[in-house]
Amino acid sequence: MKALLNYFTSLPSDILLADLSFTILAITIAYLLTTHSKWNWLWSWITSTDHKKIGIMYLLVSFLFFIRAGMEALLIRMQLAFPNNDFWVFQGDRFNQLTSTHGTVMIFLVATPLLIGLMNVIVPLQIGSRDVAFPFMNSLSLWLFISGGILLNVSFVAGGSPNAGWTSYAPLALNDYTPGPGNNYYPIGLQVAGLGTIMGGINFIVTILKMRAPGMRFMRMPLSTWAMFITSILIVYAFSALAVALLLLTFERLFGTVILSGGEGNPIIWQHLFWIFGHPEVYIIALPAFGIFSDVISTFSKRKLFGYPSMVFAIILIGFLGFMVWVHHMFTVGLNTNINIFFALTTMLIAVPTGIKVFNWLFTMRGGRIRFDTPMLYALGFIFTFVIGGVTGVMLSTVPADYQYHDSYFVVAHLHYVIIGATIFGVFSGVYYWWPKMFGKFLNEKLGKWNFWTFGIGFHFTFFPMHIMGLMGMPRRVFTYPEDEGLGFLNFISTFGAFMMGAGILFFIINIYLTTRYSKKLMLNDPWYSRGRTLEWTIPSPPPAYNFARLPEVKSREPLWDAYEKGYKNIDFIGEYEDIHMPNSTSLPFFIGIGFLIASFGFVFEIWTVAMLGMAMVFLLLGIRSFQQNNGIHIPKKTVMAEDRRSEE
Amino acid sequence: METTSEQKQLYNKQAQMNILAFWFLIGAEVVVFGCLFGIYLAVKTLTSDGPGPNELFKLNEIMLSTVILLTSSFTCALAIYFLNLSRKTWTLLFFLITIILGLAFVGLEIREFTLYVKEGATISTSAFLGAFYMLLGTHGFHVLLGVIWITLLLVQLSLRGINQEIAPKLFIASLYWHFIDVIWVMIFTVVYLIGKV
Repeated sequence: MKALLNYFTSLPSDILLADLSFTILAITIAYLLTTHSKWNWLWSWITSTDHKKIGIMYLLVSFLFFIRAGMEALLIRMQLAFPNNDFWVFQGDRFNQLTSTHGTVMIFLVATPLLIGLMNVIVPLQIGSRDVAFPFMNSLSLWLFISGGILLNVSFVAGGSPNAGWTSYAPLALNDYTPGPGNNYYPIGLQVAGLGTIMGGINFIVTILKMRAPGMRFMRMPLSTWAMFITSILIVYAFSALAVALLLLTFERLFGTVILSGGEGNPIIWQHLFWIFGHPEVYIIALPAFGIFSDVISTFSKRKLFGYPSMVFAIILIGFLGFMVWVHHMFTVGLNTNINIFFALTTMLIAVPTGIKVFNWLFTMRGGRIRFDTPMLYALGFIFTFVIGGVTGVMLSTVPADYQYHDSYFVVAHLHYVIIGATIFGVFSGVYYWWPKMFGKFLNEKLGKWNFWTFGIGFHFTFFPMHIMGLMGMPRRVFTYPEDEGLGFLNFISTFGAFMMGAGILFFIINIYLTTRYSKKLMLNDPWYSRGRTLEWTIPSPPPAYNFARLPEVKSREPLWDAYEKGYKNIDFIGEYEDIHMPNSTSLPFFIGIGFLIASFGFVFEIWTVAMLGMAMVFLLLGIRSFQQNNGIHIPKKTVMAEDRRSEE
Repeated sequence: METTSEQKQLYNKQAQMNILAFWFLIGAEVVVFGCLFGIYLAVKTLTSDGPGPNELFKLNEIMLSTVILLTSSFTCALAIYFLNLSRKTWTLLFFLITIILGLAFVGLEIREFTLYVKEGATISTSAFLGAFYMLLGTHGFHVLLGVIWITLLLVQLSLRGINQEIAPKLFIASLYWHFIDVIWVMIFTVVYLIGKV
C-alpha cells in the first residue's frame, strides 16, 4: 500500500492528472450506464455487425482520439507561445513525446478511421446494398483499430510515449538512442490498427465490386463511393508496406536485428518503406474527402456534378500517381539527382488531376442555386484552404527549394493545410451532411456556423504564420527558440489560433449534445430540402437495419434527382418484398481485439508469457470462428412490409 | 476449367466474394514479400563479421525442402480436384498429405536455422542475416499457419462432409498454399541460387 502511494506521489503532475481524469471518466461512465441500465444497449453496439453502427462507432472513437491529440496540440502551442518558455513539464523529451503522439494519433487513429467510419455508413447506402460484403470482418476491423488506438493512447501513462517523431526514423527510433518501452508502442500499436485497416480496405473493395444494386454501373456510382473504392485499393497495397516496415522496427527493437542500424545496416530502408506507405496514406485520407465534397457541392448547388467522368479519372490518376512520389519526402537524403528529378516531376504531375477536380467543383457551383448550410461552408472553406496547401505542395516538390524548406515549419504549415483542409474539413462536411441520415435529426445550423467560422478562422491563424516562421528558419520539433529571432509574435498568433480552433470543436460538441437531447425526429427520407440526388436519400432516416426494404433499380447517375425532375416523390423500387437475411451479431471480434491488446502489452514490455497468452487467445477465437456456421437471421417479409409502409406515411 | 452445375452449387455468391477478397489479400501479401525481398537485396552485401550467403547455404538440403514443398502444391491441387467431384475421402487424403509435407518443410527449415545459429550466424550477427531470417521466417510462418488452418478445415470436413460452407474455405486455403509455394520458388531463386553464384 505504501509502495503504491510512493509510486503515485513520484509521478509527474501531468501523468497524475491524466490518471485521475481517466479514472473519474471511467467511473462516471460506468455509473451512468448502470443507473440508466444501458449495459445491454452498450453490448448490443459492441457486438453489432450492422455497417451503420460500426461506422458510427468508428466516428465516435476516432473523435475521442481527435480530442486527445487536439489537446496535445494545444499543449505544444502553449509551450511554443513565447520565446524561452517553460510551460508545465513539456520541455525536451516530454515535448518530443507530445509531437510524436500528436502526429501518430492524428494520422493513424483520427484522419484514417474518421473517413473509414463515414464511408462505412454511407457506401452501402449509396450503392443500394443491405450490408457490406463481410460484416464479421467489418466488426473485426473496428476492434483491431480500437485495440491499436488504446495502446498508443495509454502509452504515456504506462512506460512513456513514442518520442522519435510520427515518422519514427531509424536509427533514432532504435534501442541505442531511445531505449525503453515507449517506442515499442509505435510499431506494435500501429501493426494492430493497420491490420484492421487492411481488412477494412479489402471489405470495401469487394463490397463495391460485388454488392451494387441492379443497374448501378461503375460510371453511375456517386463520387464518395468512387473515392472510397480507389482509397480501399490504396489501403490494401500501402498498409501492407507499412506492416513490413513496422515488423522490421519491431524486430530491431525486440529481437536484435541490425538491418536498420546506422553502423552495420542501412537506415534509409525505413525511410523508403515508411514513405512508400506514407505518401499513398496522404491520398487515403484525402480522396474520400474529395468524394464527400463532390456530393455535398452538387447537392447544395442544386446542380449535376460538372465533369463526372473527369472527376472519376482524376481520382484514379491521383491514386496511381500517389504510389510514385514517395521520395519527395527524402530529397535531402542524398539519393542521386536523377532520382530526385523523377520524383519531383511525378509530384508536380499530381497537381494536374487535383486541379481538374478543383475546377470541376467551381464549375458545378456556377449557375447553381447555392445554399450555404454548414456542409457547404466546409466544402467552400476546403477549396480555399486546399488550394493554398496545394501551392505550397508544388513549392516543396521543387528539389533545390526543398533543401531550404526541409524540416522547417514551412513543412508543418503545408501538411496541416492539406490534411486539416481536406480531411478534417471533409469529415465535418460529411458529418453535418449525413448526420440526419445517421440519426434522423439535423445538427443545429446556427451552432454549425459558429463551429465552422471559429474552426476555420482559427485554422488560418494557427497555420498561416507557420509558413513565415519556416521561411525565417524555425525548425520543426523544437521545444523553444531564442528571443532575438523575431519568432515570438508569429508563434503567439499561432497559439491564439489553436485555441480558437479548440473553441470551434467545443461548439461542435455542444451542438451534438443539444440536438441529440432536444431536437425532434425528422421522419424525412431526404431532409436537405428535397435536394438529394443519390440512393441514400431514398430510404428512411435513420435507415432500418436492412437499409432497403425493396432493392432499387438504378437507371442513371442521379436516380433520386431524376425522379424529382419527373415529378415523383421517390424512385421506383423494383425488388419484391422478401425475407431479408441479415448477419448475426457477434462478440468474437471484440474478444479478438482484447486478445491483441493483451498480446501487444506483452510485446511492448517484452513479457513473453503475456504475449503468448494474448496470441493464443487470438488464435483460439479465430479457430472458433472457423467452426461457426453462418446462419444469420431472417427478418420476415411481413415485418419489412409493415415497416416500409409506416415510413412512407 | 469449366464449371459444372454441381460446382456452382458449391460456390454461391458469398463464396465468390470470399474468393475475390482472398485474391486481394494475396495482393497485399505480394507487397509484404516484395518489401521483404527488397530489404534482403538491399542489405545482402552487409555481412559485418558474419558469413555471407556463399559460405552459409548448403544447396543439397534446400533442394530437398524445395521438392517437398512443390510436391505439396501438387497434392493440394489434387485435393481440390477431388473436392470439386465431391469425393470426401480422397479430398481428405490429399490434403492430409499436403499438410504432412508442409510440416516436413517447416521441420527442415527449423533444422537449417538451428544449424546456422550453431555456426554463429544469428539474427543479430549482420544485416544480411537479419534480412535472411526475416524473409525466410515470414515465409516459414506462413507455411505453419497454412498447416494449422488446413487442419482445422479438415476436422470440419470429416465431421460435416462436403458442403457449401467447407468447399469455398478449402478452395481458398488451396489458393493460399499455392501462393506460399510460389513465394518459395522466388526465395529459392533469389536467395539460395543467386546467393551461391
